[in-house]
Amino acid sequence: MIASTTSPSTISPATNERADNYLTHKTGILSWLVTLDHKRIGVLYLISILFAFFLGGVFAILLRTELIGPGQTIMDNDTYNKIFTLHGAIMIFLFIIPGIPAALGNFILPIMLGAKDVAFPRLNLTSYYLYVIGAIFALLSILLGAADTGWTFYTPYSTSTSTSVVTIVLGAFILGFSSILTGLNFIVTIHTLRPPGMTWFRMPLFLWSLYGTAIIQVLATPVLGITLLLLIIERTLGVGFFDPGLGGDPVLYQHFFWFYSHPAVYIMILPAMGIMSELVSTFSHKHIFGYKFIAYSSLAIAILGFLVWGHHMFTSGQSSLMNMIFSLLTFSVSIPSAIKVFNWLATMYKGSITLETPMLYALSFIFLFGIGGLTGLFLGALATDVHLHDTYFVVAHFHYVMFGGTLIAFLGGLHYWWPKMIGKMYNETMGKIACLLIFVGFNATFFTQFLLGMQGMPRRYANYHEMYTPLHQISTIGSYVMAVGFVVCAAYLIHSLFRGRKAPANPWGSATLEWRCASPPPHDNFSAPPTVGDPYDMSDVRFDPQIGGYVFKTQPTP
Amino acid sequence: MNDANGFMNYLNNTVLAQERGSFWLPPQASTTAADVDWVFQFIFGVSAFFFILIVTLMIIFIIRFKRREGVEPGAAPHHSMALELTWSIIPTIIVVLIFAFGFTTYMNMRIAPDNAYEINVTGQKWKWLFTYPNGHVDENLHVPVDIPVRLILTSVDVIHSLFVPAFRIKMDAVPGRYTDTWFQAKDPGEYLLFCAEYCGTSHSDMTSMVVVHKVGEFEKWMQDAANFLNTMPPAEAGTRLYKIRGCAQCHSIDGTGGHGPTFKNLFGRDVALKNGSTVAADENYIRTSILDPMADIVAGFEPVMPTYQGKLKAEEVTAIIEYIKTLREE
Repeated sequence: MIASTTSPSTISPATNERADNYLTHKTGILSWLVTLDHKRIGVLYLISILFAFFLGGVFAILLRTELIGPGQTIMDNDTYNKIFTLHGAIMIFLFIIPGIPAALGNFILPIMLGAKDVAFPRLNLTSYYLYVIGAIFALLSILLGAADTGWTFYTPYSTSTSTSVVTIVLGAFILGFSSILTGLNFIVTIHTLRPPGMTWFRMPLFLWSLYGTAIIQVLATPVLGITLLLLIIERTLGVGFFDPGLGGDPVLYQHFFWFYSHPAVYIMILPAMGIMSELVSTFSHKHIFGYKFIAYSSLAIAILGFLVWGHHMFTSGQSSLMNMIFSLLTFSVSIPSAIKVFNWLATMYKGSITLETPMLYALSFIFLFGIGGLTGLFLGALATDVHLHDTYFVVAHFHYVMFGGTLIAFLGGLHYWWPKMIGKMYNETMGKIACLLIFVGFNATFFTQFLLGMQGMPRRYANYHEMYTPLHQISTIGSYVMAVGFVVCAAYLIHSLFRGRKAPANPWGSATLEWRCASPPPHDNFSAPPTVGDPYDMSDVRFDPQIGGYVFKTQPTP
Repeated sequence: MNDANGFMNYLNNTVLAQERGSFWLPPQASTTAADVDWVFQFIFGVSAFFFILIVTLMIIFIIRFKRREGVEPGAAPHHSMALELTWSIIPTIIVVLIFAFGFTTYMNMRIAPDNAYEINVTGQKWKWLFTYPNGHVDENLHVPVDIPVRLILTSVDVIHSLFVPAFRIKMDAVPGRYTDTWFQAKDPGEYLLFCAEYCGTSHSDMTSMVVVHKVGEFEKWMQDAANFLNTMPPAEAGTRLYKIRGCAQCHSIDGTGGHGPTFKNLFGRDVALKNGSTVAADENYIRTSILDPMADIVAGFEPVMPTYQGKLKAEEVTAIIEYIKTLREE
């Protein structure tokens, strides 16, 4: 127990010397495995999702290596089909969906709120273990020969292939519950544990985005659960929901699946946008521009995201009327995203911009998400989607959004909160080099895929026509450059764990609450609920060269 | 699979009309392609404008407002209703325009003219079969130039998707229902036709050609094609029948397993039957196996083959036998 938020002396360097923080509070492996501390659960999630990311990344490199030339390079068609299924399923279900909310969100959300923990700590641990169990099932399917359906599990292929579909689908089903419980926990936490003075419109925007995300998680994920259960029943018991041979309808599966999986796209991107608002404001050292528009746009995305699933099915044979409605609704969801991008730019205007690694990731995000979002216009418009659907254009588009958007923001957030989480600074120069490698490698890998898609290269092809070879080769080389970037990134982050400079409480000059407690935070974050001001009032912090970080000018009184 | 790769090699070695396209898009070989490309160019223009705007502003702000020692940032408003409404409303108008262009062009791509020539398309793992009004079945899509063609698609197994980049058309072939699409080819030539919906092992080899015939030549091709039994050598006609009449689904030609025995080295060999006896695989044995499959069940296989009695003509059976003879190793 400390009184760090109640007296000015506690933000002096001496505070950081205190022995007791959440990492040292208790020791022993069991104190981690059965911990109820949201910070430790966040770290457990972080380790797990980074492992999943590593696996998914290895599969990606294998795919790109196979595609370096037409014909068979390093694997046969069946192996290729299994590897792209694993790459997609692992990246989506084990990395991107839990990535920001469950790992970074778990750690930061309660501290940002000035709370001691989430509302239901035991539920939080439960959802972590559901994640682990789901992941075990998903990975078990590899040992059983791996599924070859693609991460979408489209029927009737998924009900007729002889591969281990049920295991991986069961894994995704269990992971769904993990996601629902995390969402539920966050909603209740944000509603009930805000400290006095933190009205809805004094909440940091990252919390708004997590709130919007949580709503989607709670409302949409059950539909995926039911759909996957129907799929399992059809495969194991032969009840015909989707297989026309049994009287079912294969297109019905696509409706069910995308009713979850399109909103899930916003589960992936909304928290990333939340991180962006924090990063752009912090490193422009200026108040966020248009707070309310950004907050409301998070909610708008969460709601409109439910109404656009049919745009995945423009060529499925669904009626022209439905295609028209879904096309129109799809464009509506582009507006809130556009608003956010313009507001971030306006935040930089007349700021005092510094270019530390997290800000480089934020700038990369604006560039890459800009391309990802704008190329969505080609896919929302009916006439052009017919040509581009199921080609590499779509592959490039969603990698620009999911990787160029979510993953880049995740990396920005990881670097931003790393000092808070670990209590150590990483090597800034290496951070910038890695960011540059990833940025260059990413564009080489995926921009070429837009061109491939326009030329008609279909996705999920183990073999291809020779005319596509040069672009595929550039793409593969780009993926190797990216891989080097990630290895560099992993190396200096691990190095910082042991040799990193001790982190000050507020290394970047942010004004949100998590920077008011020590780095790393003590076990119970705040001894008393802190009173809250404007989370983006950057005039409240000043740089103190003595401690190499920022200090708050005003101390909130409890 | 070898067979499919062989076809891919053939495609690679053929100079396709496909390659006449621009850097951005394939050639505009159908009447609607130019309209689709116009929508594409419009969206491209809008996107390029906004992307350049965003990135330019970003770079200017980074340079102009980079932190300088001892310089306090100037005051700037925290929000501006007028500004924010502007960048909400202008994009809204633009995307509604994009929607409208995309939709009207799409409707022209959906509604086939009444007089369209109809071809039935069947997707199956892993080939396309095109059935013409006179009953001819072909592995490639042959069409006349300048005539609207309507394709009626279905699938016998999983979902496939017919995709002709040069025509800008794509439509799923769904088992248990019919879907349709149409096009009118503008230029004679050969174009690639892909399967765009993932369908398993040889998805990427489920490739065919669209052959657009010059004026007056389609009818001639049709006549020869439908009459191939009389114009082709029997073994060559047999190859064709093997592919399009369903033999290939169960009987391999390279010795690998399947639902039925391989055709490789079959002719002239002694075949062990399920009932313990042995029979020589001569012309009569093969004829019987096609027309009355339950008569001689080969050891190690299930009696699952449907009869072709009444489905294959005598000349066709002969052609298949001649084809199987060519699969002997010398």
